[in-house]
Amino acid sequence: MSRLGWRAGWALAAAIPAAFLVVFFAWPAATLVARGFHDGTTWTLEGFTAVFESRRTWRAVGFTLWSATTSTLFCLALGLPGAYLLFRTRFRGRDTLRALVTIPFVLPTVVVGVAFGSLLRTDGLLGWLGLSGTPVAILAAMVFFNYSVVVRTVGTFWARLDPRLTQAAATLGASPWRVFRSVTLPALAPAILSAAALVFLFSASSYGIVMVLGQTRYSTIETEIWFLTTQLLDLPSAAALSITQLVIVTLALWLSGRAQHRMTRALRLQPDVAEVTPLRMSMDWGSVLVTLLVAVVLLGLPLANLLWRSLHLSGRLTPDNFVRLGTQEIFGATVWGALRTSLQTALAATAIAVTLGVLVALVASRRPRRGGARAALSTLESLFLLPLGVSAVTVGFGYLITLNRPPLDLRSSLILIPIAQAVVALPLVVRTLLPTLRAIEPRQLEAAATLGSAPLQVFRRVELPHLRRGLGLAIGFAFATSLGEFGATSFLARPDNPTLPVLIFRLFGRPGAESYGLALAASVVLALLAGVTMALAERLRPKEVTSW
Amino acid sequence: MVTVGGKAGPAGLEVVDATVHYGSDVGIEDVTVEVRPGEVVGLLGPSGCGKSTLLRAIAGLEPLTSGRILWDGSDLSAVPVHRRGFGMVFQDGQLFSTMTVGRNIAYGLAGMPRAAQEERVAEMLELIGLTGYAGRRTTELSGGEAQRIALARSLAPRPRALLLDEPLSALDTTLRRRLAQDLARILRETGTTAAYVTHDHQEAYTVADRVAILDAGRLLQVAEPETLRARPASRRVADFLGFSAYVPADEARELGWDGDLGPGEMLGLGPASLQLDSSGVELPVVEQSLTVDDIAITVELPDGQRVRVSSPSKVEESSVRVRLRGGAITPAGPGGDDTRG
Repeated sequence: MSRLGWRAGWALAAAIPAAFLVVFFAWPAATLVARGFHDGTTWTLEGFTAVFESRRTWRAVGFTLWSATTSTLFCLALGLPGAYLLFRTRFRGRDTLRALVTIPFVLPTVVVGVAFGSLLRTDGLLGWLGLSGTPVAILAAMVFFNYSVVVRTVGTFWARLDPRLTQAAATLGASPWRVFRSVTLPALAPAILSAAALVFLFSASSYGIVMVLGQTRYSTIETEIWFLTTQLLDLPSAAALSITQLVIVTLALWLSGRAQHRMTRALRLQPDVAEVTPLRMSMDWGSVLVTLLVAVVLLGLPLANLLWRSLHLSGRLTPDNFVRLGTQEIFGATVWGALRTSLQTALAATAIAVTLGVLVALVASRRPRRGGARAALSTLESLFLLPLGVSAVTVGFGYLITLNRPPLDLRSSLILIPIAQAVVALPLVVRTLLPTLRAIEPRQLEAAATLGSAPLQVFRRVELPHLRRGLGLAIGFAFATSLGEFGATSFLARPDNPTLPVLIFRLFGRPGAESYGLALAASVVLALLAGVTMALAERLRPKEVTSW
Repeated sequence: MVTVGGKAGPAGLEVVDATVHYGSDVGIEDVTVEVRPGEVVGLLGPSGCGKSTLLRAIAGLEPLTSGRILWDGSDLSAVPVHRRGFGMVFQDGQLFSTMTVGRNIAYGLAGMPRAAQEERVAEMLELIGLTGYAGRRTTELSGGEAQRIALARSLAPRPRALLLDEPLSALDTTLRRRLAQDLARILRETGTTAAYVTHDHQEAYTVADRVAILDAGRLLQVAEPETLRARPASRRVADFLGFSAYVPADEARELGWDGDLGPGEMLGLGPASLQLDSSGVELPVVEQSLTVDDIAITVELPDGQRVRVSSPSKVEESSVRVRLRGGAITPAGPGGDDTRG
């Protein structure tokens, strides 16, 4: 192929996902922003003034910031001992424990909400604590969901920290506590910040959890957007809130990114293998205690309780709830019907996200000589990661006001939900595939060329096999995310044809033991599906992919 | 048993029958060695011989499987790393990148008032010839500077002994030679008791008062550099020090040597043993190669062994005349574990 042909090929590979993102992300987002400042006839700030004069808004903003910050602090306090224990020491069953603590993160937020709701209900196992419908319940679910983000992000980094750094400090007479405070903690700072930013982001956008557990008494910015849109039909105010959410999230990500950049510069990591030491109870009892408590009480109990309760109806042990999944019609649909819809949309979303993700990863992994081209690629990459920082609720809301009328009326079409889910999953796919391509040593490509391979052959025989290694994890990620997606879908799903998370949400909010039992059983099914998908995908994880 | 130099005295550092196992691998086996106050002992050996393991065991970073480590006669096995009072310099410095050079050097001075710390930092920087570096970031340093600062950091709290783990091996050759001399001077000036791990003979001879040779986890010999060169304790030590041919007394005398060997001894021939001499014995030339400072001619002895001879220029003839000037008096046994038991 000629040089020009290659260039044209790459340009096309970049153009397809770019066009998709413009139509299905940039346009709705821009329309949403415009809606915040324009009431249809003239430019105005009325949406903002109206929304910020309301005390509800301030409560929602305040609660969002408070819950996300508190959840971040708790995750760090509990997660640091866990990171140490699971990534820096060695003991029997460590790998199993590592896998177990990451389960919550792959669960759909609605399921997390249902699990905690069922645990803390007045008739639940921990009902006597009186925490049902309190901020504590929401906070506990957020920490449950995000604990493993800290363990994994900080842990993988900690494992690669050169042990001789702390040994040097010890030979200078520093006690273990002083070594931790003055050497280890500052060295871990970039990872801690990065984890904190992620937890803050995920907590601030844990829409499903707040929707299920807030019971309209507690709302975050996102649930408030949903309330304004679907209950009050006040679109200008909802748009103003969406913009506020965008600003908060962007600010948080920008601040943490800057701090990380500053701190990472000077750091030296071990290239390769992790340094672990055998567990010593005399030294490590604190981390063991904290981590066991977290694993059993915070992570294990809600899940065990969910499973146990799903096997009960009106106090009797029975599989009846699971039997009724296929027979009982609610809102004109059975749970099996909703599951079928979910699987179909998730499959379609996965196909879209992975196809586009492969193209983006291939383009972004080029190594052009010219600085201008390199800068363009780096911009492209961050552009595709952008949806990560924008909440799914914003995406769903954006579609609602953009794609429901000419020139593109997709509202009634079934394809809108998979597209929204693909936009949400795309950044995950890119973050999974890109490291596998970036891990190719450039000299390997040069070696292949000097051995007589034409560029196309090098691409086919060296790069594609690398890409394939990341594909399993990427597909699993995309599928599990789409399967449990609730934020965008709750705006777009048609009442008579809901996805499983949407149906679970409705069932859980309905009074009556039968709906409740059905919601629990459906949650168990959804959790198993997402969990098994992720467990399979994790087995295919290439070692250079360290993101969650 | 190898003699470890002198009788066991109460002062200084003593390693007695130290063994470290990693799982089924042996790190070091039954090593006994002593470092007297103010003395620098080099631990020399090929990579993987256990010399770093020995050093880390002394520091307390590696638990002993058996044996003891003593300071002034008292056992250190229950003393954790940070209470042993041994400084350690690592191969790649391990400076704390989150702190300035000054804070790095002051790290071990935590108990001192701030002003005294600063004074000590300035003093240490002067000692290593980097006055004024206190405010710099560690990322702005060259490799040589970083190593000198790591040395200053370890010396600042006046450790009772200093352990150096191949401190110069990451540097290029010229810099390494120069810094080895600096290091030797600094250790002497400060009267520091030290153990110095290296795989470079030259560096060991420059820095150390006595050198311990380790191989495969065992201690082969401890002696002054001159003794090592003149009387290696075994064929293995001689091999490691660069001797390549071993001849009995009569053969040595035929080559022009005027010394004498005891029973069961052979003379080890190294690169400087044979010298060109127009009235010497004629030996065939096998090979010639250019080195940085001479032409290395390989000659074949009558018994077929090969030895290198230094020559100022290339030779045209197929043989050269040489005289045997000296060598290492070595036990006659073949290489192996002949020095033990």
